[in-house]
Amino acid sequence: MEPLTWTGAMGPVLIPVLVAAAALLAAGLLGQMVLSLGGMRIVQGPADAPARPAPWAGRAAMAGAALIAAAVLAFLVGGLVLPGYAAKGIIGAISLRLLPVWIALAATFALSIAFKRRLGLYGKLFDSTIGMIGFALVMFWVFTGIFGALDMVVTHDALAQVSGMKNKVPGTPLRGTEPGEYPYYLLGGDNLARDVFSRVVKGAWEVIKIAPFATLFAFMVGITLGLPAAYYGGRLDTFLSFLANLILAFPVILLFYLLVTPEIVETGIPVYMAAVLFVFPIIFFAVLFNSRFHTQPGKRAVYIGITLVIGLWLYSGIAWNADPLGLIAFPPNLLVVFVSVVFVNSPTVFRIVRGLAMDIKTRDYVAAAQTRGEGPWYIMLWEILPNARGPLIVDFCLRIGYTTILLGTLGFFGLGLSPESPDWGSTINEGRKLLTIYLHPALPPALALLSLVLGLNLLADGLREESLRD
Amino acid sequence: MGLFILRRVWVMILTALCLTFIVFFLTNLYPNLEKLAKTQGNMRMSDAEVSRWLADRGYDRNLFVKYGEWLGVVPGYVVEDDGGTVRGRCIGEGTRPEAAPRFCGVLQGDWGWSTRFRAPVAEIVATRLGLTAWLMLAVMCVMVPGALLIGVLAGMREGSKLDRTLSTASIMTTATPEYVSGVIFIAVFASSAVGLKWFKGTATSAMENITWENFTLPVLTIALYGMGYIARMTRASMAEVMTAQYIRTARLKGARFRTIVLRHALRNALIAPFTVIMLQFPWLLNGVVIVETLFNYKGFGWTLVEAAGNNDIELLLGVSVVSVFVVLVTQLISDIGYVYLNPRIRVT
Repeated sequence: MEPLTWTGAMGPVLIPVLVAAAALLAAGLLGQMVLSLGGMRIVQGPADAPARPAPWAGRAAMAGAALIAAAVLAFLVGGLVLPGYAAKGIIGAISLRLLPVWIALAATFALSIAFKRRLGLYGKLFDSTIGMIGFALVMFWVFTGIFGALDMVVTHDALAQVSGMKNKVPGTPLRGTEPGEYPYYLLGGDNLARDVFSRVVKGAWEVIKIAPFATLFAFMVGITLGLPAAYYGGRLDTFLSFLANLILAFPVILLFYLLVTPEIVETGIPVYMAAVLFVFPIIFFAVLFNSRFHTQPGKRAVYIGITLVIGLWLYSGIAWNADPLGLIAFPPNLLVVFVSVVFVNSPTVFRIVRGLAMDIKTRDYVAAAQTRGEGPWYIMLWEILPNARGPLIVDFCLRIGYTTILLGTLGFFGLGLSPESPDWGSTINEGRKLLTIYLHPALPPALALLSLVLGLNLLADGLREESLRD
Repeated sequence: MGLFILRRVWVMILTALCLTFIVFFLTNLYPNLEKLAKTQGNMRMSDAEVSRWLADRGYDRNLFVKYGEWLGVVPGYVVEDDGGTVRGRCIGEGTRPEAAPRFCGVLQGDWGWSTRFRAPVAEIVATRLGLTAWLMLAVMCVMVPGALLIGVLAGMREGSKLDRTLSTASIMTTATPEYVSGVIFIAVFASSAVGLKWFKGTATSAMENITWENFTLPVLTIALYGMGYIARMTRASMAEVMTAQYIRTARLKGARFRTIVLRHALRNALIAPFTVIMLQFPWLLNGVVIVETLFNYKGFGWTLVEAAGNNDIELLLGVSVVSVFVVLVTQLISDIGYVYLNPRIRVT
């Protein structure tokens, strides 16, 4: 079989279009920048509309961007409809493998845009282009991760080594494939002859399953400690702030090198750290419901009972690996990664929450609640926290991105997850050794990580803009 | 002001003590010591041999005593083995036991002995820091002016096309960690298969002789990640200043836009980024570790990785003291500098 080309049958038509469109976009953008620099004139007042550069530059840029989008779309759709691998090309074939992801993305966007007025802040996101692009990028990787974990997108086993495929370029056909097997390595093989495409897809799941939860746990810890530090102040604040600054003064990589090693796992320190850190979500929810419903004992008993039963069950499973039902198992090397990421993130969250709460506690509605005789925890969790949600949601998105970067850093230094693991950081680390000769093993995971973090940043930016507009 | 600095210095010392103790505790856990014994002795030592090796070198004693010895507040251990030769922490090769000092810790200026490089820690840290200083200097020269320029251009007219383009660019750089941008740079500029072949993919030769070819990529890789963040902060600060009353007054007075930006807005807009730039130093350290590993430049970050990977306790402690010192001093400078730059704030 012939190796696949990148663009297949559409290449000769679409590549010139793409090049022309890129040139148009670049010229337009450059023209705009130069014109808006040169045309420094002021209309009036501080809130004036920006002085308009010549409109043709803007139009050229817009047309270029639209053309590029159309060409990329044509590649993707072409991959779905054209018959045969040779005509599809690598991009088309990948697009076909990602079909479930496209369907899920289209469904999400159609539903969200249709009901966007009823969806609160999430719906408002679809008013901002930047926010929508970010959301699309994030959801692309979320769906890819989920479907990849269900074995729908991947073409080969991410750990299987196929002889003769070592360091082969993208689009190389496999020798002697069975009828059921996928006949190509779409993004080539790495230096252990494993399929790069499948590894990137599996790596998405590694990130999707750790990063959001680790960030969520860090937020629970940060909120549970940051609110009282700001509200009570005094000794408690001094002590907690000192602890937070202590952790922040550590270079992150030194901390990782000290914490995420097999020797430390052997001592059981991660388990104790997990035992301390993972208690915070339970405390958070118990106090949350207690402060709200302490005047209604029936309701309080129900809510706190549910929190404690589910919380302690998860706690015993996750932190102590001693789930009585045997459903939850947390392998120790995953636990140490999870714990150290939570540990690194929570001081920053603590500082943000503390700063926000310091500001909000001087507001009138807090004074009103105090006059009403509400307890301190009610004020913290039901008066201060909801009013700090805007910046916290934005920071949550940014922090998931940062957590993704941290996980990549761990993988890059070969810490934590098993060496066979397909996560992006480890794959980049393996690929970098031969980087100047073979680009294809290291570049796809690098671009994947870049696009996911970029998506999260754009999403945060869109959310910030929309929440400020209220 | 004096009291403020004094209090900060006290907190700094306390933090440094806590941090070094944590590092000391973690590196002195038994599995780590066992690893050290096996890498230094031989891989197939039995448990009994490991504990004898550790006992011989004074590793098996109380953690606090060992920490005190390292710090120089507890006298160094002295043992006399079967042959009658006296060895001890403070007794180097070639010195007579009687001539050796009782205390030899950080307070006496003795940073200990690196088991990985088989050289004094102070010497290693000094040479490696020198190498990294060149890298940092180049990074600062690229990053700070670039970031300030982008931030000021973007922030001087909020919402304009220029602002949108530059802001999106800075978001992109903050979303690209060093190990991603480094890989992409090597792929584009240094790959021998495809690409432009403008620069070299390793910076090993830059340790002796810095050239345009071997130093550009590492510097760009570190600078780019920090640049976006500083640029965004500068943009926010600039945009805020541009809505201030005195800018409106200047506009109504009929001053030219260029004059307003350069003379009225710029100086006030640069106060906030100063703090941000100072607080970037700790982050740069992270970038330095990644980039030095990626480009094989054997500086401070590379030393950290080597020390941690081999559980080289005293070198690791030296490295962490230096990095903690950098973090805390930059925090102090940023606080003091902020007060000097912004006359509206007074420390009591």
